[in-house]
Amino acid sequence: MRESRLWFWHILSAAVILVLLGIHMGIMHLGELLHMAGIGSGDPVDSSQVFGRSRQAVFMITYILLLGAGLFHGLYGLRSMFFELSLSKSLEKLVGGVLAVAGIALFLYGSYVAIVVYQMNGV
Amino acid sequence: MQQRLKNRLGIMGWLGGGRYGMDRYAYALHRITGLGILAYFIMHIIVTGQRTGGVERWESTMAFFGSTPFKIGEFLVVLAFAFHAVNGLRLIFVELGWWIGKPGTPSFPYTYSTLRHRPLFIVFMVVAAVLMIIGGVDFYFVLK
Ligand code: HEM
Ligand code: HEM
Repeated sequence: MRESRLWFWHILSAAVILVLLGIHMGIMHLGELLHMAGIGSGDPVDSSQVFGRSRQAVFMITYILLLGAGLFHGLYGLRSMFFELSLSKSLEKLVGGVLAVAGIALFLYGSYVAIVVYQMNGV
Repeated sequence: MQQRLKNRLGIMGWLGGGRYGMDRYAYALHRITGLGILAYFIMHIIVTGQRTGGVERWESTMAFFGSTPFKIGEFLVVLAFAFHAVNGLRLIFVELGWWIGKPGTPSFPYTYSTLRHRPLFIVFMVVAAVLMIIGGVDFYFVLK
C-alpha cells in the first residue's frame, strides 16, 4: 500500500513538474527567441530580471512547489533504481532514509532562499 | 585458421543492439536523463541560493558560470529535459493504459501493445526533437 502510494506521487509529481518546469525552461531558455519576438528583454539570468521575478509571490510559491515536486520525483526515481538491486531490507531502509533526509534538507534550504529573496523585494 | 565472422550489423551495430527494440533505448535514455537532471537540480538549488547575497554575489556567481563550457552544460540539461519530459508523459499514458489497444485472443497476424503503441511513440519523439531544435536555435543566438 505504502509503495503504491509513493509510486502514485511519483507520477503525480511528474505532471506538476511538466507544467512548472516547462514554464521555467521557457523563461530561461527561450529568452533570446522571445526577445526577438518582442517579448521580455533578453538575458533571463541578468540580475535585474532574476530579482524582479524573485520579488513576486507567484514565483516564490511556484518555486517552492517545484522544489518539492522535483526533489520527491528525482530522489524517488533514484531510490527505485537502488531497490532494483535486490538489497537487504535494512540496506533498503538506510538508502530510503538517507535520500529522504537529503531531500528534506534541500527542500528546506531552497524554500528558505525563495522566501528570503522574496522579502528582499527586488533589491 | 581462425574463422572470421561477418559483422552483420555493420556500423548500425554501434547505434543499435540488433534485437533490442527502440523502447529499450528510450528506457535507458529516460534513466540517464533523469539522473542527469537530478544531479543538475541539486547543484542548481545551491547555486541559485546565492541570490540571498544580493546583486553583487549573484553577479559574481553568474560571471563564474557564464563561460561557454557551463553554457554548453546547461544546453545539455535542456536536451535532457526535452526528452525526459516528453517521454515521461508518454510513459504516464502507457501506465494509464491509454493508446496501447485492448487485450484480445492472439490470432494471426500477431500484434502486441508495444507495436500498437509505436505510432504514438514516434509522434512523441518527433515532438521531443522539435523542442530540442527550438532550444538549439535559442542557444545559437545565446552563443552568438
Ligand atoms: C518534466 C517533467 C517530467 C516528467 C513528465 C517525468 C516523468 C517520469 C516518469 C513517468 C518516470 C517513471 C518511469 C517509469 O518508471 O516507467 C520518471 C522517472 C524518473 N524521473 Fe522523471 N519526469 C519529469 C521530470 C524529472 C525531473 C525534473 C527529474 C530530476 C530531478 C526527474 C528524474 C527522474 C528519475 C531519476 C527517474 C527514475 C528513472 C528510472 O527509474 O529509470 N524527472 N520520470
Ligand atoms: C538548465 C537551465 C536552467 C536555468 C538557466 C535555470 C535558471 C534559474 C535561475 C536564474 C533561477 C533563480 C530564480 C529566477 O531567476 O527566477 C532558478 C531558480 C530555480 N530553478 Fe532553475 N534553471 C534551469 C533549470 C532548472 C531545472 C532543470 C529545475 C528543476 C529540476 C529548476 C528548478 C528551479 C527551482 C526550484 C528554482 C527556485 C530555487 C529557490 O528559490 O530556492 N531549474 N533557475
